[in-house]
Amino acid sequence: MDFINHQLFIKDINVHIDPIFPKKTAIITHGHADHARFGHDHVIATRQTIDIMKIRYGDKCAKKFTPLKYGQKYSIKNYDFTLYPAGHILGSAQVLIEKNNHRLVITGDYKVGKDETCKNFKLIKCDTLITEATFGLPIFQHPDPKDEIKKLIRSVKINKYNCHIVGAYALGKAQRVMNLLRQQKYNETIYIHGSLEKLCQYYSKEKINIGKFEKVSSKDKSFYEGKIIIAPPSALKDRWSRRFPNPIICMASGWMTVKQRAKQQGIELPLVISDHSDWNELLDTIKKSNAKNILITHGQEDALVYYCKKQNLVSKPLSIQGRSDEEIE
Amino acid sequence: MKKFSSLLHNLILTPSRNTKIKLLQDYFKILDINRAYALAILSDQLSFQFIKASKLKELVYEQVDQHLFDYSYDYVGDLAETISLIWPTNKEGKSQNLSTLIENIKKIKKSEINIEFSKVLSELSNNERWTLIKICTGGLRIGVSERLVKNALADLYNKSVNEIEEIWHGLEFPYENLFQWLRNETSKPKIDFKKLFHPMMLANPIDEEKDFKRLNASEFQAEYKWDGIRVQLMVSSKTVSLYSRTGDNISSAFPEIIENTKGDAVIDGELLVGRNFKPSGFNDLQQRLNRKKASKDLQEKFPVFIRAYDILFYKGKDLRKLFLYERRKYLEKFQKENKTNQIDLSLTIKFKTWKELTKYKNNVHDDLNEGVMIKLKNSEYLPGRKKGYWYKWKKNPKLVDAILMYAQRGHGKRSSYYSDFTFGVWKENELVPIGKAYSGYTDKELLILDKFIRNNTTNKFGPVREVKKEIILEVAFDDVFPSSRHKSGVAMRFPRIHRIRWDKLVNDVINIDQFKKEFKIE
Repeated sequence: MDFINHQLFIKDINVHIDPIFPKKTAIITHGHADHARFGHDHVIATRQTIDIMKIRYGDKCAKKFTPLKYGQKYSIKNYDFTLYPAGHILGSAQVLIEKNNHRLVITGDYKVGKDETCKNFKLIKCDTLITEATFGLPIFQHPDPKDEIKKLIRSVKINKYNCHIVGAYALGKAQRVMNLLRQQKYNETIYIHGSLEKLCQYYSKEKINIGKFEKVSSKDKSFYEGKIIIAPPSALKDRWSRRFPNPIICMASGWMTVKQRAKQQGIELPLVISDHSDWNELLDTIKKSNAKNILITHGQEDALVYYCKKQNLVSKPLSIQGRSDEEIE
Repeated sequence: MKKFSSLLHNLILTPSRNTKIKLLQDYFKILDINRAYALAILSDQLSFQFIKASKLKELVYEQVDQHLFDYSYDYVGDLAETISLIWPTNKEGKSQNLSTLIENIKKIKKSEINIEFSKVLSELSNNERWTLIKICTGGLRIGVSERLVKNALADLYNKSVNEIEEIWHGLEFPYENLFQWLRNETSKPKIDFKKLFHPMMLANPIDEEKDFKRLNASEFQAEYKWDGIRVQLMVSSKTVSLYSRTGDNISSAFPEIIENTKGDAVIDGELLVGRNFKPSGFNDLQQRLNRKKASKDLQEKFPVFIRAYDILFYKGKDLRKLFLYERRKYLEKFQKENKTNQIDLSLTIKFKTWKELTKYKNNVHDDLNEGVMIKLKNSEYLPGRKKGYWYKWKKNPKLVDAILMYAQRGHGKRSSYYSDFTFGVWKENELVPIGKAYSGYTDKELLILDKFIRNNTTNKFGPVREVKKEIILEVAFDDVFPSSRHKSGVAMRFPRIHRIRWDKLVNDVINIDQFKKEFKIE
């Protein structure tokens, strides 16, 4: 595994995985801004990730694109690359790198739980596992997202004269919340912040069931009573949110596990809905991967490193530039 | 328990006062024994003797790996929440109501606490566990004041909040008389006001720029502000009792006061340590605090007395509606009639202008006063921190430049930030920590420091981060004492971060010997 360094760079063939600065060849795990950036020469990713990058940064955000299907092998010299579903958001992938019989998996961001908005996570056996650790503490044990979304629906029923603004990341989480609402037979139009529109249209085009949605417009205030509005978290504190009648501020995120965090951010209805694995899923994945060497990237790596060492696994944190904890989508 | 824990959960997350009141009113629509417990909990009057933070940690270490717990606690910054989240989830037991649960816990024998209390925790949901631990450790911090609860009750049952306020401290669990009155079944509960702790009148800090332009010096009386603990002394022919500022009865810790005081009055004053009414400093007073009893030896070594500020009752007469200058006459009369070695009067300072008062504020009485109090002569004795009557004017703090050495995440509302800072000065070629501060900085400075710490960590010791030694902090503190418990040999009183000194370099910082010399420490 010496072929890859702590910046996820393979010097031998000049390939980066999720680099934050423009590079020659970049393998991109998924479309979130802390992984997919503008300006690479050559981007290798799933078709959906490439589509999403083009929606966000324009058609010319890289000079050349190579779309890969899940499971399709791509070779550069004696390195073989294969993408597998990561279950994080639409198009998200893990990267399997094979070289001289050594199998290394970079999970990227992933979750094990079921999600109708993307292909479900596939476990890959390997020798070295580079795993994320966004929720790498035993306090994070995500509840069933169905129960969380029911809380929202109940609150909408009880508070008829309020509108509910749900903070959710524009890519992935927003559409997942919409899909979860549809699974619970919530059939009303869902109103969305303008910045979500193109991505929602894309999800619809990809046949993800997010139902009927409409961009928020300057309607009479009372129009939004009893409605659900989805907006990126940054809009919650913005002047934007003041145009709505008695808004109840909600947030869909794994961080909402911690009441103090919810309170700090002024969230009245926290919904613990995460697109990352929780503690038990991280441990389970490490165990089932059969990897003997575990490297841990962004998030709460300390506890996970400690745990792996206790299991007699070789483990250390990788500190990747530009990704401090708690700023991750 | 489900209802009460979801009430607390909603209260903590609701920023709106009106919504909080509405939530409380929904809950207190019924007045039963569960609500009585809830009221006791919300007004912080219920506590468990043997389930404290240290016991809870002991229990959680039996359930989960200690290191994993410590990492988590460091991240969450709230003990109750960390334990409730990390506790292994069992099958939830039969849901119990609040009163049954508490009564059952009270019945647990001390020798069986580990097993029995763990069992209780295992059978609760996350949120109920959080609630129960909050109840056990006291101090809910859910953004609900006692006053808000009273307001909600008054409004719900058509009473005036002042009426509730008046009888509040005379009420006792399970509040049957209160509940009956609220439901209009009986008249207002009768309370013996003389025996009651009366909420104290508190002062606001003065705003030197605004207030001194606005306020007329001749309408005010000034006294020294003493650095002891504020107390209320109740004296009658039958009993003498002493209360702390929060209304706790602390009589048993100060027998010399209880035995020697005479008369019939309620006195407001400052408890100090010293001989012949000469206070000897907070360090000495500390020897007498947080003790249930005081041995003869301790009384001899650290004798206490009360410096009286005010009088609330005199021979059964309620003086609280009188003005301060009128009450002062009663106070002097009381003192003359009942001279003892345990009570003297707080001196009033003669001054004509605010400027003149400045010299009294700074450096008089060998540094033992903290500044001055400025009180409106025409002020009634009003409970709480009402604006416009009493002001405190603290003397300028002592200042020292020190180097940021270590940082740790804060607790509660600062838990996501590195907000606890350890700083030090030179000792030969090394740095030695002289104190730790977690306040004083602005929000902007906190963000800068937090970012610096994340990007400049050189070492980690569990939750503590050691950082590059390049940030100079100007630290303000009230006082500094010799201490054998600290490596530096000094202990600061109330250190806080005054500002970041971007203009200074690490080599500008003094060494520990210079520090001791400057602040006169042996």
